[in-house]
Amino acid sequence: MSDLFKVTIDNITVEVPAGTTILQAARQIGGDVAPPAMCYYSKLQGSGGKCRTCLVEVSKGSEKDPRPMPKLVASCRTTVMDGMEVKNITSPKVQDARAGVVEMLLINHPLDCPICDQAGECHLQDLSYEHGKSGTRYEFQRRTFKKVDLGDKIQLHMTRCILCYRCVFTADQLTKEREHGVLDRGDHAQIATFIQKNLNNDFIGNVIDVCPVGALTDKTFRFKNRVWFTKPVDAHRKCSNPDCCGEVQLWMRGDEVFRVTARKDEWGEIKEASNGKTGWICNECRFDKKHITDWVIEGPTKVNRHSVISQGHYVGLEKPKETFNAVMNGRYPKLLMDIHSVSEVNKPEIDLSLLNRPAHSTDFNQ
Amino acid sequence: MNKKLLLEKAHVEGIRHYDVYRREGGYRSVEKALKTMGPEAIVEEVKKSGLRGRGGAGFPAGMKWSFIAKPEGVPRHLVCNADESEPGTFKDRYLMEFIPHLLIEGLIVSSFALGSNDTYIYIRGEYAWIVDILEQAIEEAKANGWLGKNILGTGFDCNIHVQRGAGAYICGEETALIESLEGKRGNPRLKPPFPAVKGLWERPTVVNNVETLAAVVPIINMGGEEYAKIGVGRSTGTKLISACGNINKPGVYEIDMTISVEEFIYSDEYCGGIANGKKLKACIPGGSSVPILPANLLLKTAKGETRYMNYESLSDGGFATGSMMGSGGFIVLDEDQCVVKNTLTLARFYRHESCGQCSPCREGTGWMEKILQNIEYGKGKLSDIDLLWDIQRRIEGNTICPLGDAAAWPVAAAIRHFRDEFEWHVKNPEEAQKRNFGLAHYADPIHVPA
Repeated sequence: MSDLFKVTIDNITVEVPAGTTILQAARQIGGDVAPPAMCYYSKLQGSGGKCRTCLVEVSKGSEKDPRPMPKLVASCRTTVMDGMEVKNITSPKVQDARAGVVEMLLINHPLDCPICDQAGECHLQDLSYEHGKSGTRYEFQRRTFKKVDLGDKIQLHMTRCILCYRCVFTADQLTKEREHGVLDRGDHAQIATFIQKNLNNDFIGNVIDVCPVGALTDKTFRFKNRVWFTKPVDAHRKCSNPDCCGEVQLWMRGDEVFRVTARKDEWGEIKEASNGKTGWICNECRFDKKHITDWVIEGPTKVNRHSVISQGHYVGLEKPKETFNAVMNGRYPKLLMDIHSVSEVNKPEIDLSLLNRPAHSTDFNQ
Repeated sequence: MNKKLLLEKAHVEGIRHYDVYRREGGYRSVEKALKTMGPEAIVEEVKKSGLRGRGGAGFPAGMKWSFIAKPEGVPRHLVCNADESEPGTFKDRYLMEFIPHLLIEGLIVSSFALGSNDTYIYIRGEYAWIVDILEQAIEEAKANGWLGKNILGTGFDCNIHVQRGAGAYICGEETALIESLEGKRGNPRLKPPFPAVKGLWERPTVVNNVETLAAVVPIINMGGEEYAKIGVGRSTGTKLISACGNINKPGVYEIDMTISVEEFIYSDEYCGGIANGKKLKACIPGGSSVPILPANLLLKTAKGETRYMNYESLSDGGFATGSMMGSGGFIVLDEDQCVVKNTLTLARFYRHESCGQCSPCREGTGWMEKILQNIEYGKGKLSDIDLLWDIQRRIEGNTICPLGDAAAWPVAAAIRHFRDEFEWHVKNPEEAQKRNFGLAHYADPIHVPA
């Protein structure tokens, strides 16, 4: 399995190991080329394929079999072949299908972002900014559910749910007992415990982190603050739970810790911890350690500039290219006027480039 | 002319029981296959026969069998898909109810060909009484040495288990069926990996329809090449058609795929014409999920050729002017039927049966039903028709399993062929409430035999 496959996504070629999915290959390229994913979560086995936002067009199957795939495929679960050519943002078909999926996802979503705790870090919000329309063609009553408390720390608001199944996989794979799943089918399917049982074990708080929308929220944080007013800070503590990595993000305002979450990467997934653990955190760290003295603070979290969470510690920022520099043979302009190395208007005989400071009116009045 | 292979003996007194079935020549194919042929030879014979899957997609059965992976030390499984839930399709029920040993016989031969020691029949939960019939047949077969350990002294072991479904249409999709058989929620899996590589309990699995497996019996008995001579082109053998709707003689008919659609509807041997002397308006020729066709396109293709009851001819013209053979649920609508209401009924069905796993199908089917409900009950707008078209276009092909397509096609075809009926509903809401059969001018120009 050490073979490297060449795959071209939107005319950018990368080499990835065999068995990589198209989505992971696209994430290696990064930027707009990576398809959005609402249900796929690389740390959860079996996730993906459900939301259909990551559909891409495979215009060339592989080097051996160059036939294109007849349908759009879910990039999160389709593995790459050598010489595969994939179209994501360059395919109008994909863009159209994705707009369709976003519309479908939003028809039963309450769009109550102003009062939703997830607003600001919501994947559905990002997705609908990018692919949604400002109006809706849906003229019927939206599907609604009552809010349900899953234990004393988590609230489930099914009305917002997009049925990505991430929390089901999390509860299934992280905790010892399978406690919740999907009841009913079709558009009345719902995430539920059977029957309204408490979710009560050490790692169940992670379902809040994996939820792409505001369906599962932290009751210790609900309505306390908006995420964009708080500042994410990396911190750690020695957790007594052997499966907990103890590395978290604190969401602080002033000296107050409002919320504790696992650390997330630029795709909204939890990060691998420095001690090699997967990065899930236990309920004690998440819900009970809400004082600054509980934690060793490492410093401000470097965030990707994709949401409204802003604190000036961005990663992946690109400065505008210094074209002036190239055009003017390595010389830096000092004034806009200085683009022409001499002032044609005032006194052409004065070479402004000789000045080692901004030009001033006195320079022309010599 | 009409040759029966599957239902030939179906009405012999007591054929449900082993003694009569054996006396009528039953289980000959097992003797022939296990004693004189090897597994490869059987697969080869089925390939030669050109048998196509009878469940709806029409994929060549022999090809499907040859795809099965054969890793060392991993058991393989054959699963019989008896979860026949498509509205308008009831051929498998008939076959299992009247001649259950034919299916058991086909299953033994197929299990031998595929090397499956544990074979499952996944049967629709509503067919409660058929479970008893099948289990009795299995007991009888076991008692007479056709099942169990060391069948006919060949060293081949085979057991057949009957598993009841719990009333979900989606479990007729092969991967959802496998999930359900494993005891999980019946959600379709993503393909690849295909069941032939990783199916039931991650083992190589073949899922076949009841009729496909029953057809293996005549193929072994008469030889694949002989079987391929029946029928026409790539539509070989005989096909069970379950005819229903506004016809004089609804029921299950075995046809050899050379007769024309016109003959099938009007001849006394089959449907016996439209009931009450009415005219033919439209027909869904292959079970509820295939596109509906108006009378003129049903009897003749767009090129003016006669349309025949076989895979190629029914799909002639693609979806623009053709339809599909599907699972053989032949639903006939007379001039008094309303296409909008019919489409609403189908949309309601698919909304109810969507598993809710992937977004376009989960949300789209419900949306389509609500719009159709508005149009049907006089609250529709003209723009709703275009909206419906747009929704179905965005569901089709973008879902995990074919249920999304199956929900989109009937709506698409109804709008494509009967758009003015939808418009009539929108423009005359009050009249549409009073006499709910839309426009009758589609009814066929062909003379109805007296």
